[in-house]
Amino acid sequence: MRPLTLTRLLVRCGILALILFAVVVVAMKLGAVQVSLYGLGKDLISVLLGRTSALSSDYGMIVLGIRLPRILLAIFVGASLSVAGVSFQALLRNPLADPYVLGVSSGAALGAIVALIIEGHLNLSPEMAGLITPVGAFVGAAITIAAVYLLGRRDGQIDSTTLLLGGIITASFLSAVIMFLMTTLSGNNLRGSAFWFMGDLSTPQPRSLQYFLSFGFIVAAGAIYTTASDLNLLLAGEKEAMHLGVDVPRVRIVVYIAASILTGLAVSVSGTIGYVGLLVPHVMRLIFGSDHRMLIPASALGGAIALVIADTLARTVTSPTDLPVGAMTAAAGAPLFIYLLRRRLS
Amino acid sequence: MSTALRHPLPGDASRANSDVRLSVEQVSYAYAANPSQAPLFTLEALSFQAKPGEIVAIVGPNACGKSTLLKLISGALEPLSGRIFLNGFATHSLPVKTRAQRIALVQQESRLIFPSRAWEFVLQGRHPYGGGLRFESEEDVLIANNALAQVGASHLADRWMDKISGGEKQRIILARALAQQPLLLLLDEPTLHLDIGAQVDLLESLRRLAAQNRYTVVVVTHELNLAGEYADQVVLLQKGKCLRVGSPATVLQREILEQVFQAPLSVEITPSGRPRVTLFTNK
Repeated sequence: MRPLTLTRLLVRCGILALILFAVVVVAMKLGAVQVSLYGLGKDLISVLLGRTSALSSDYGMIVLGIRLPRILLAIFVGASLSVAGVSFQALLRNPLADPYVLGVSSGAALGAIVALIIEGHLNLSPEMAGLITPVGAFVGAAITIAAVYLLGRRDGQIDSTTLLLGGIITASFLSAVIMFLMTTLSGNNLRGSAFWFMGDLSTPQPRSLQYFLSFGFIVAAGAIYTTASDLNLLLAGEKEAMHLGVDVPRVRIVVYIAASILTGLAVSVSGTIGYVGLLVPHVMRLIFGSDHRMLIPASALGGAIALVIADTLARTVTSPTDLPVGAMTAAAGAPLFIYLLRRRLS
Repeated sequence: MSTALRHPLPGDASRANSDVRLSVEQVSYAYAANPSQAPLFTLEALSFQAKPGEIVAIVGPNACGKSTLLKLISGALEPLSGRIFLNGFATHSLPVKTRAQRIALVQQESRLIFPSRAWEFVLQGRHPYGGGLRFESEEDVLIANNALAQVGASHLADRWMDKISGGEKQRIILARALAQQPLLLLLDEPTLHLDIGAQVDLLESLRRLAAQNRYTVVVVTHELNLAGEYADQVVLLQKGKCLRVGSPATVLQREILEQVFQAPLSVEITPSGRPRVTLFTNK
């Protein structure tokens, strides 16, 4: 019997954080302008220590001004989508649940687009205007997950096949609505359909929005983490969890809202990037087991690592043209989804 | 008939009463698809009491209300009328966490969607004693190990839950309930998927545990003979009505059982004073 201890948790997270750091350094090196690894590592540590003025390199502008913000965005989006994925999997007791598969990402995208349309008619200050999109995306995500949850219920129980079908149908319906809005309102500044359907991390985000996103992530992921041991029991079923002392309605509402926030924030800045929330928790579960106290932080770090790698590939494979990052994650995630589905059915 | 009445202590009724741990008092329940309709199922008012170390068996045909009664006792359902007390507290109004520290429920096995090891499963029984993020203490590990040993399953600790037999799994589920250190142990058809040897094993363990740890045990079962052999009290239900409560010998009698189960049968009393029911198949 070897229950999880705080030390083991921290050591494992530390290792993942080191891998993330290494991946970030490599991601900053790769690109059209060549940069040396050694200089990069040195610069990055200076920046982390707060000594920005000590930067020796003249390419600091490209690396820190252009590549680093994009990498940080990938870290944020990857971590958010993965934690949302773990949460949905536990909440719906379905290993195939993921914000993208369930249609929640599409709902968030639609919410963000509607918010952009409304924003065009209001006279808001630039800061407020920037925040209205993530809020709209959150509302869209929350409504969608509620709808999919109701669609997936049969005789008062969640039926996993019905749930997945409900999610896929919802996603397809929402995509149609998004296409309709894109076509009829092409005059507005709604970004391209490629952004909303395939995901893109290349748009630079204003500083105020970056703070808002980080704050939102910490609050929502933290709220989910406080329910980590409750989620372990929820996997066995809601009734059983209740008999083991879990306040099921409270856990359900906390996780539901927090996971919607994470999805909404991620989608509002990156569009719908698929399968990250499915693939990463699954790999982490294979490595670390199903204990959510370990799985949630591991998925956050793993999601960050995975999306930084995917985005680096997206901007270097067909260089100098960028691929949408969602194309990379779907190429890796869709086969895994099929594999999991077949193993579940057999 | 309550236990207190079965073994009266002359002139000291109040002391006999203070010994009661579980008290089901005139409890009834009705289940309707929606409130405006007539109830689909009613459980008529019934009462019984149980002391620490006692095993109560709830028996009866399908859909007689056995599981409903168990849910009422567990506090998951609120009685329509009457009250259920555990050490003087109404089970339904206890906070979820407190309730889980006092009442453990062993249900028909549930499906796990992600694999877990037997020891992880047993440690879940310590959940009611910790906060949301608390890590298990050495004491928790000790209690969980002890629980595994008590059901004779220490050797299964490192096995995966989906790779052990039904009987072994039932033991692990029981060990998790013991790790909750409850006052009241409830079991819903614990012998359902077990062969006869495993059934007897399980009931033997229950009787030993009830005596050792002073649990009050309430078990819902189809097996009249297991009830007759191992229970201190039997509650016989039919169509939501409590027909009899009392010692196995007073409840498991031929006329009433034939009427309840609509089948010819015979009841003999074994040398140990326990009733044994035999069903005739030529109905």
